[in-house]
Amino acid sequence: MSTTAAEGHHADHPSGIMRWITTTNHKDIGTLYLWFAFIMFFVGGFMALIIRSELFQPGLQFVDPQFFNSMTTMHALIMVFGVVMPAFTGFANWMIPMMIGGTDMALPRLNNWSFWILPFAFTMMGSTLFMDGGGPAGGWTLYPPLTLQTGNALPFVVFAIHLMGMSSIMGAINVIATILNMRAPGMTLMKMPLFVWTWLITAYLLIAVMPVLAGGVTMLLTDKFFGTSFFNAAGGGDPVLFQHIFWFFGHPEVYILILPSFGVVSTIIPTFARKPLFGYSSMVYATASIAFLSFIVWAHHMFTVGMPLAGALFFMFATMLVAVPTGVKVFNWVCTMWRGAMTFETPMLFSIAFIILFTIGGFSGLMLALTPADFQYHDTYFVVAHFHYVLVPGSIFAIIAATYYWLPKWTGHMYNETLGKAHFWLSAIFVNITFFPMHFVGLAGMPRRIPDYALQFSDYNQIATIGAFGFGFAQLLFLWLVIQTIRGGAKTTDQVWEGAEGLEWTLSSPPPYHSFTTPPLIK
Amino acid sequence: MKRSDWVKFIGRSLSAVMIMFGSQSVLAVQPFNMTKGVTDISQRVFDLHMLILYICFGIGILVFSVMFYSILKHRKSKGHKPATFHESASLEFIWTVVPFVILIAITIPATKVLIEMEDTTKADMTIKVTGYQWMWHYEYIDHDVNFYSALKTSRDEIYNREEKNPNYLLEVDNELVLPTDRKVRFLFTANDVIHAWWVPELAIKKDAIPGFINESWTNITKPGVFRGQCAELCGRDHGFMPVVVRAVEPEEFDQWIAERKGKANKNFAALENAQHTLANSN
Repeated sequence: MSTTAAEGHHADHPSGIMRWITTTNHKDIGTLYLWFAFIMFFVGGFMALIIRSELFQPGLQFVDPQFFNSMTTMHALIMVFGVVMPAFTGFANWMIPMMIGGTDMALPRLNNWSFWILPFAFTMMGSTLFMDGGGPAGGWTLYPPLTLQTGNALPFVVFAIHLMGMSSIMGAINVIATILNMRAPGMTLMKMPLFVWTWLITAYLLIAVMPVLAGGVTMLLTDKFFGTSFFNAAGGGDPVLFQHIFWFFGHPEVYILILPSFGVVSTIIPTFARKPLFGYSSMVYATASIAFLSFIVWAHHMFTVGMPLAGALFFMFATMLVAVPTGVKVFNWVCTMWRGAMTFETPMLFSIAFIILFTIGGFSGLMLALTPADFQYHDTYFVVAHFHYVLVPGSIFAIIAATYYWLPKWTGHMYNETLGKAHFWLSAIFVNITFFPMHFVGLAGMPRRIPDYALQFSDYNQIATIGAFGFGFAQLLFLWLVIQTIRGGAKTTDQVWEGAEGLEWTLSSPPPYHSFTTPPLIK
Repeated sequence: MKRSDWVKFIGRSLSAVMIMFGSQSVLAVQPFNMTKGVTDISQRVFDLHMLILYICFGIGILVFSVMFYSILKHRKSKGHKPATFHESASLEFIWTVVPFVILIAITIPATKVLIEMEDTTKADMTIKVTGYQWMWHYEYIDHDVNFYSALKTSRDEIYNREEKNPNYLLEVDNELVLPTDRKVRFLFTANDVIHAWWVPELAIKKDAIPGFINESWTNITKPGVFRGQCAELCGRDHGFMPVVVRAVEPEEFDQWIAERKGKANKNFAALENAQHTLANSN
């Protein structure tokens, strides 16, 4: 009797706004993370459209160069810290307990906190746009001495970054604690779904590097307000030191943004190929190798600062090594598809586009690794094309694929497949129209982060702007599809997809509030 | 169209693409590939760029053909039954080792070029380049000549009140004049924030950092005007501080430097004085 009372108490939770503010439930918090990322996606996207509007034609049309710079800065900070990272934390919250046969995350109250810090952090950062001197305009990389010229915005941005870092670290601790402690009996590490594996490794990366960023921005703060000279050459400091600190965080950070995508794609491809993932253990080792290499390649972001020859050579070789485990992953995905029985529902379409377009981004990454050639590519639109290829049709496509893949499980409703496919084709076409011309214009000599450009760059910029608007508006269709699916639609089965395998598909659709109250049997 | 027309059409399109890759100016298209530049180094950087590009094309075509074959053939709708294999030690060994070997093959030429790029010894002359928000200062250390170089494009052109000239945003009041066929060493530094001095035709991009001195060198093979820009975000007018290099024959250069000697220094002294006055009045 006491058990039923306890269960009854657990199932009974506040309704309305208090449910969301006080929740310690992994599904509720996952939902909060995902909606937060979705909203920020449109905010960051709107900023991208301001940038692209100004760049539609040569000349200054719409915005002041200083505001343009704060748009590029904020667009990047929002997309990195406000969209991709929270979205993947949202998926982690929803899926990890269900995938490993647990009831909930290991640290539910911490979970609540790690989410609720975020809206405050981003409100604070966004508010700097309305302050004296405007928002931060030194680029998301925050290089001093330029960033130290920021007006009143600097302390707010630094504090916002501290908050985002705390949120990420708490989220990461929770993921590690959950994976190491909450697995159902029999769920050994090497039986875990790849999404769980990639998140475990990502979480370690987060714990390792977020404090480094926090340290770096704190040094900026003391340089600006407390008379230190960490980065001030006139006071005996070193402006390049910040770049080393930033990229020691920054390079693992880009893998933080992409490793969970690998997990998502490794989950979706086998489902729709109706064939087990090829090379499961090599996938795990490849992910771990990429994570390790991410700590010894940072200076390839700064080949032009003038490092010693030995340094440049080391970072070139180490960077090129990343291509090996990344190649292993791509080959494994192709081999998973090989001789399968494929169907092409929306999640599969986005995953296939991910493999192709991410690989293109990988190729340009390999090109950038060659130091002598990098001197020509560095800080041009070629770099912009490269990292948008790995982040938009990379991370963002994986996030969209994951949403279509798991939304029927979460809501119990099937999304509209026709509209989903339309969303895919619009996104896939426009994303290439936006970012492919950037390779050309970069090779032709257009620097990044400029509000106005020489006449020979106009055609490609015009094409890119048209693509950006197309891509942006296509995402409204995605928003509509998600809302429509939450509100109703055809009932789905527990398994949802014919080829889906794993513990999450043994639960009902939608799943119960507490995932596995009794541990499932693992074969 | 008849079949033969299609063949012709495809052939013509392909040759058009080839021409565009070969020489960009033949057709009236905007440049879309890296410049070969005007130095031995820039040509070798270009070759390296094309080498890695073709290797990427090759790998891409191979991997994506296998993938698309599978997408077309191994469909459930065609009644294809799924296989059950999920690992192959030999295959996984091959696709770890082969890329590794290819990478080593690429790093050899890259390392050679890099070593040469870094060798600034035995220079015939030295130029000190200082970045300012938002202009460049050039000092011909061996010739006692120095001057500022700032954007010449008018605000009317920038704000669309006047038609833009062909060198819009890539023109300066004082060009950096360099001799051809001489090894010129550059020293880079900055006065306020980090800038980056970039001229694509010379394949030089180097950060100009306050408190640091960076080095690079060039040896231009033919006369001409070569335009570049600041490549490191340096504040509001980052997009408005171009670099223009005019390369002339050595004799012409010697003549130019003789005329220039002393002349610009007065301007520089005047400007310095003005800055001092400003500083004092604050």
